[in-house]
Amino acid sequence: MTPVLELKEITKQFPGVLANDHIDLKLEKGEILALLGENGAGKSTLMNILYGLYQPDGGTIFINGQQINVHSSIDAIKAGIGMVHQHFMLIPVFTVTDNVMLGEESLILGDILDRKTAAARIMEISKQFNLNVDPNAMVGDLPVGVQQRVEIIKLLYRDANILIFDEPTAVLTPQEADELFKIMRSLTDKGKSIIFITHKLREVLEYSDRIMVIRRGRVIGETTPDKADQEKLAEMMVGRAVNLNQEKNKAKKGEVVLQVQDLVVADSTKKITVHGISFTLHSGEILGIAGVQGNGQTELEEAVTGMREFESGEIQISGKSIRKIKPREFVEAGGAHVPEDRQRDGLILSFPVEDNLMLCTYYKPPFSKNGILDRREIRKNAENLISAFDVRTPSPLTDVGTLSGGNQQKVIVARELSRDNRLIVASQPTRGLDVGSIEYIHGQLLKKRDEGCGILLISSELDEIMELSDRILVMYKGEAIVTVDTEAVSKSEIGLYMAGISQQSVSGSETVAEKSSTGE
Amino acid sequence: MIKAKPVYLKHEVSPRDRIMGFVFLLLGLFVLLVFNRHFSADTVTTFAMTPGGITRGMMSDWLIQTNRTLWICGILLFLIGAYQFVFGFGRRSNLILILVSLIFVFAFTVYVAANKMLNLAGLLASALSMAVPIILGGFCGILCERAGVVNIAIEGMMLMGAMLGSVVGSTTKNIWLGLAAAMLGGGILALVHAWLSIKYKINQIVSGTVINIFSTGMTSYISSMYLQNFPNLNKTPRFPSVAIPGLADIPFIGPIIFDNSLFVYGMFLLLILLQFGLFKTRWGLRLRAVGEHPKAADTLGINVFKTRYMAVILGGLLAGFAGAYFSLGSVGRFDEGMTSGKGFIGLAAMIFGNWIPFRTMLAGILFGFADSLSSSVSILGSSIPGQFINMLPYLVTIVVLAGVVGSSSGPAASGTPYEKE
Repeated sequence: MTPVLELKEITKQFPGVLANDHIDLKLEKGEILALLGENGAGKSTLMNILYGLYQPDGGTIFINGQQINVHSSIDAIKAGIGMVHQHFMLIPVFTVTDNVMLGEESLILGDILDRKTAAARIMEISKQFNLNVDPNAMVGDLPVGVQQRVEIIKLLYRDANILIFDEPTAVLTPQEADELFKIMRSLTDKGKSIIFITHKLREVLEYSDRIMVIRRGRVIGETTPDKADQEKLAEMMVGRAVNLNQEKNKAKKGEVVLQVQDLVVADSTKKITVHGISFTLHSGEILGIAGVQGNGQTELEEAVTGMREFESGEIQISGKSIRKIKPREFVEAGGAHVPEDRQRDGLILSFPVEDNLMLCTYYKPPFSKNGILDRREIRKNAENLISAFDVRTPSPLTDVGTLSGGNQQKVIVARELSRDNRLIVASQPTRGLDVGSIEYIHGQLLKKRDEGCGILLISSELDEIMELSDRILVMYKGEAIVTVDTEAVSKSEIGLYMAGISQQSVSGSETVAEKSSTGE
Repeated sequence: MIKAKPVYLKHEVSPRDRIMGFVFLLLGLFVLLVFNRHFSADTVTTFAMTPGGITRGMMSDWLIQTNRTLWICGILLFLIGAYQFVFGFGRRSNLILILVSLIFVFAFTVYVAANKMLNLAGLLASALSMAVPIILGGFCGILCERAGVVNIAIEGMMLMGAMLGSVVGSTTKNIWLGLAAAMLGGGILALVHAWLSIKYKINQIVSGTVINIFSTGMTSYISSMYLQNFPNLNKTPRFPSVAIPGLADIPFIGPIIFDNSLFVYGMFLLLILLQFGLFKTRWGLRLRAVGEHPKAADTLGINVFKTRYMAVILGGLLAGFAGAYFSLGSVGRFDEGMTSGKGFIGLAAMIFGNWIPFRTMLAGILFGFADSLSSSVSILGSSIPGQFINMLPYLVTIVVLAGVVGSSSGPAASGTPYEKE
């Protein structure tokens, strides 16, 4: 049988990088092909070429054996190719109907929108594939998982047969992800073919029919889930053996370093996003804050590190109560902060690496004497940290903004963890990083824990939370829905908590009550 | 699906609410103490209800007890202000703001025309007419910003349109050619703006400012070099008022709305076209999509650049039409700087009207009313110095913008150039 899609020798050169180097790819009807690779491996470039957003420098595309030219997304849509982008291409202030029919509108009397017909068609598709979407809802009001289904409807509305999903689970809870893969399976059952791009090994093994690994713009190999395992895939991705499961010693809990009591925080629009959270963090342990993005984690992080005033409640760092703490006081109290938005809050992108490496303590010796910077000390510090934390930079004088995401994060981690800290607040420390950098940063966090730091780890990556934390607090709509020991829960239970299903309704879960953490 | 209601901080009256409340209180006190100082109980304000020189749609005069009316208005303002200061009207603040403005303006007219006669119908008729350029400017802004391009060059486009309209109208003695030239002038400046900000991705504020400066300088130069020396170049026929049969005979409303020049009818027609077009047609859906999320539109095969060019150029034609109002619709010649900031006030009307044509028209009428009030008050003669009266329209704009901006939000991608990867 001819494959529904075949790419031959696709090549794309960007200034300085060969993003795609003679890539061949075949997609059979009704299969789910996983495209696995690190960030910057060239997966997205390849898919953008297929979808007409980039023009390739060489190579050909065949649909059902017919060669086609894709000069723009219109050509791709006509050829039956559809793409669910990582950042949704939806307009929040439009209804589902308007979003779906945009570009392919049903019309009456020339140019007048026929919203009724379009809505009926959406309902029909929604029923056929069990997507459960209300055509009249405003997209901005919908949860992320439903928004993604709107994206899928957009493709089906255009009769797409080849569906591309770009990192589809990055924004979903584990349950929503499971739901998505069920939908993907039902799509392939009805004759659609799917390519999904990811760097998550578990998903690839669980849900795909075939796996293709790309590294530095080249196809490294192809395999099937039953012939591969996580270690093998990671090695193919990174090009060397990767230690996926960090060795973790038993936590040696010490004194309390951070105590949060009934904390209430509002966001910049005065909406309360943290509703009375309490927890305790000891030295030598990692407390993981799990939860879907946007459930108050950001405001909690900002309140604890002094970046945001809180409304009521109490925060104590090493037994000292703070009401209006400034970031500098947080640092001087022995705090380290790896912020969620590393480019906004963690670095000054137009400053060189060496300056970014001393930003927290620039006003103190050895960096500054009598108000004058000592450039020699700054350079020495930078050179030490760059080699100790394996930051890949051409020189200490390179602007930090020109480094890759992984190396930018390493600069922050180097600066924060190299100080003598007692408390580390790390928010999404490995977001968007490749397997190699993730491995490295996880190792550093565990090392600090074993040295006696208390670490508050905020992450929406459940795998990360499960792997590193000693205890897990799940946040849902600004509340601590549960606090449990990591050994006492399974991942799927945490997933349920993240979706807001409270403790009582989770069957068979050990009742490790919130008391166990706060009542000590 | 359960949709949780967001929880907001309780009893939180924002500083903005407090300031608004305080201003309302002051307005109330002002009405009570300044306006209502020296009127005896039998003072009467007379409002004429038919514009001067009109013989159709007549209505008898309206007599008002000055003293009592001012008391009521003042107390009302005071109460609203007190409530706003202490509790705040929250989401209804804008509505209250409009109500307060109406009450205050009414009190003001009652005060100014005490013992005298003020032609209310004439006032409203001229308010509508003065609102036309503001509203058209607002429509131009809506077209551009809904498609994602900030256009502060409306003022300059209007000025250019006014000048070209007058020159071409004077030389050809054909008002329609004059109108076409005016629109073309606005359209060409808009093309420049589009070209700079869409193709070359120049900061749109800078590009708009450059066009405004160019336009002011160019029109002043031509005016002082040629128009003043050759009066024949600046003496154009005007668009006459046309009464619509039947409708013009309705008392009060008829003479105000249905006995006007092309510009007023054109404005209403554009209102309907724009309101319907933006929200009910494919054209509008795509235009708005480009202004909200150009990348999404692009991935669905919509040409972002083309759509933006189209919107900005259409906007420029509208601005040129608005400019023609000054020379071809109103005075029959071009004067330096004759648009006097109406393009900018149009932008204010657009923001006040939340980028929706119908609401923008209402906002424009409010500003136009302030304008016409200032001129009829100076004619009536009052103890208030003329300079202060002339400040009124701009004062209203400032108050409205201070009260409203921050609570309304425009198209998400407005002002950001689109970069195709």
